Amino acid sequence: MSAGSTPAGARAAIRGFIMDKFPNAELADDQDIFTLGFVNSLFAMELVLFVERHFEMQVSNEELDIANFRSVDAMAALVERARLAA
Amino acid sequence: MPSSPTAEIPAFDRAGFRAVVDQLVAPYADEFDRTQEIPAATLREVAKYGWWGAALPASVGGAGMDMVTLGELHEEVGRGCSSLRSLLTVHTMVTAMVHRWGRPELARRWLPEMASGAALGAFCLTEPEAGSDAGSVTMTAVRRGDDYILDGVKVWITGGQSADVLLVIARAERGLTAFLVEADREGVERIPIDGILGTRASMLAEIRFRGCRVPAQAVLGREGAGLMLATTALDLGRYSVAAGCVGILQACLEACVTHTSRRRQGGRLLREHQLVRRMVTDMVAQLSAARLLVRHSGELKDRGDPATVMATFVAKYVASTSAMRVATDAVQLHGASGCGPGSPVGRYLRDAKVMEIIEGSSEIQQLTIADDAYRLGGERLAAAAFGGRPS
Repeated sequence: MSAGSTPAGARAAIRGFIMDKFPNAELADDQDIFTLGFVNSLFAMELVLFVERHFEMQVSNEELDIANFRSVDAMAALVERARLAA
Repeated sequence: MPSSPTAEIPAFDRAGFRAVVDQLVAPYADEFDRTQEIPAATLREVAKYGWWGAALPASVGGAGMDMVTLGELHEEVGRGCSSLRSLLTVHTMVTAMVHRWGRPELARRWLPEMASGAALGAFCLTEPEAGSDAGSVTMTAVRRGDDYILDGVKVWITGGQSADVLLVIARAERGLTAFLVEADREGVERIPIDGILGTRASMLAEIRFRGCRVPAQAVLGREGAGLMLATTALDLGRYSVAAGCVGILQACLEACVTHTSRRRQGGRLLREHQLVRRMVTDMVAQLSAARLLVRHSGELKDRGDPATVMATFVAKYVASTSAMRVATDAVQLHGASGCGPGSPVGRYLRDAKVMEIIEGSSEIQQLTIADDAYRLGGERLAAAAFGGRPS
């Protein structure tokens, strides 16, 4: 797990990645990024790669659910579960 | 065909790949194209060099290649024969998905055989009404107890005639789902597709699934994760196709340099004519650019950098459209002989056209890349594309 990856730090990193790709968007941590028209399957793949690389984890089969990537909060929770399981 | 040149396995580098291709593949590519088949003996022969398990780890019998080296392998194979490279592409996609998302028992059952080439894989996504719009797949997967029942039709399946195992995307209750299905399973029917414009020896098939019962353990990832999994597989396929297009570019350049250095018209070698030299220069420039873009995409993959997704789009777009332009010029430079039966440059042109359509047509690439550019803005796009962060 990368240094500084507290839940707040994880949220900040995830938000930062999304805002890098969508600099003009306004996004709350609990907002469904799919319904905002942000996300297609390509960006979902980028999110998986980002989470795995930045947080030094591997998304398991059980967690390979689009629901885990719908919002900043959902991804932060995914990262926290991986951290606790490690 | 001859047996392997030596008992020693060449190095896993460009020179080593090239040596095997020049001995076992390139001399027979026109025959493969004409007969619309790559013989099983050839598929077994190249297996000795670790090609089928190139990206798999040694723990399952693979060669453990990094993505940059894999790109070089697919480039060299593409230089020799785009049809064989196409089989390699889809097999690599399937092995990567089984390795990453298959249950342990599924991986144990299939990966060693797939790594050795004893079992070849094919990727079954496209349907008669679902091509560029992969999300509109209609093939169904209905849960019945511990099994799923698959019904539907897949078409234009590369390697479908010869594959032993199929990665199939079908719609289950929770959404698109990926299944690994034996090609000889009851309920699977394969109909060869012959006479395709290019990559004629890639042994395409239409595959019909009627009441095909597969165990739930055949699911890769989980039910409903099929689109995400397919997207990951297609990213790898796109990278391989881009590399294969660099191979077509290289083949065209070599053919043209050779031809124009031998043929005389108007008392001079063709290479001495300025318009010919301009065309060769454009070939060099396009080849160099495409190769660098593919390499950059591979380097990003090796780092696990999400920027690889768009970098691969750009690489495939440039490499495939460049291959088409260069192959067109290659036929032009060869004149009538370029249009004749069995013309290698004619084959490169037909293969290049297919490359502009598969793994994301050029138009899909254009829409996707432009969307990214407008979303990021030009300055940010430049920084993001080459690994930097926008200021």
